[in-house]
Amino acid sequence: MKNDTYPYQIILFEGNGATSLATERRREVTRTLLDKGYSVTRVTEDGGRNLSNPSGDIPVLILGDFEGNSPEVTSRETRIEIDTEDITGLDTETIITLVEQKRAGDGEGLNSPGEQGAWKPWFPVIDYDRCTNCMQCLSFCLFDVYGVDEEKQIQVQNNDNCKTNCPACSRVCPEVAIMFPKYSSGPINGAEVAETDVAREKMKVDITSLLGGDIYASLRTRSEKAKSRFSKERSPDKALNERKRCLTKLQQSGIIPAEVLAELDLESLPSPDEIQRKATEFAKMQAEADS
Amino acid sequence: MSEPKPRILYCRCAFAQTVPKATKDEVLDQLCESGESFDTVSDLCEMSARKDPRITELLEGDEPVQIVACYHRAVKWLFHSAGVDFPEDRVEVLNMREESAEEICKKVLK
Repeated sequence: MKNDTYPYQIILFEGNGATSLATERRREVTRTLLDKGYSVTRVTEDGGRNLSNPSGDIPVLILGDFEGNSPEVTSRETRIEIDTEDITGLDTETIITLVEQKRAGDGEGLNSPGEQGAWKPWFPVIDYDRCTNCMQCLSFCLFDVYGVDEEKQIQVQNNDNCKTNCPACSRVCPEVAIMFPKYSSGPINGAEVAETDVAREKMKVDITSLLGGDIYASLRTRSEKAKSRFSKERSPDKALNERKRCLTKLQQSGIIPAEVLAELDLESLPSPDEIQRKATEFAKMQAEADS
Repeated sequence: MSEPKPRILYCRCAFAQTVPKATKDEVLDQLCESGESFDTVSDLCEMSARKDPRITELLEGDEPVQIVACYHRAVKWLFHSAGVDFPEDRVEVLNMREESAEEICKKVLK
């Protein structure tokens, strides 16, 4: 699960007042820190990016071969924590340990690549140059990843609800407007969209037909018919079985990868009431847009 | 007057193996061997997902920026997704999924 804990901004300082790091050491330190989830800025004699207004609450750690004369760094933003560490003579391992110790106070919330339980940033990215706001993705996604903003524009609202390695919504998007940058192949990975991709998407299964016609009309009709019956027959088990049947259909269609379906905790999916509410809201929104 | 030197931003794509490791290692090695200042981030997707405040700073200012990452379309909308305008006129995206390290370094370390 993603969180709001940010790792240190590391500055590898090689400007005035510091000695340049040997290439191999610079390379190792930079690579290791990146692979642990840190951002690293290298500043040379020429100067680097203007860091005079670093982000509010993210601490900055300046590493450099200061040879015993660590500079005192102050910030106009008094709430920003800026630390300097003299790394003269330290090997990469010791430098990493030093950085890790510095961040120990940040708790265990940091999302580090390769660590057990790390949240892989897998989520849909919408290309608004292509998106027509058709809401197919919102209708399709079972996990409440999508929503609309105050102007009724589709947006990704709960990106950490997205099921890792599932690009299904991208496959049903008729405009090829949904990307998963970490997907293996194009155009889902963000590669330019060819006309053939668009044509292929248009031939793909329409989610509404996959789920049996106009799902919202069906839901409304079924809801009206079943109101009295539901009060007697209200059964989470039946609802769950219906959901399972729906998922089996999806599995057979090949839209959602089998391994993703296999990992699903069906009990954690939105309840029938939640789906009904979402459908009603969506139908209302569509009606407003059409009027 | 000479054009300002573009700032370099490198994305390590550390949470996935989608960018060829050999390419991203080689590009980083050459950046480290150069005398250039540069910014690196562990994973732009992760920063975008968390709406990391630092993602705003990466494109601040008026200077040109060269982003060494993956597909232009993905990078552009990742910034947008984090609430950051993507200034097309001064940003060049170099794609480590398609271009070789040699091609990229030729453009970045000229």
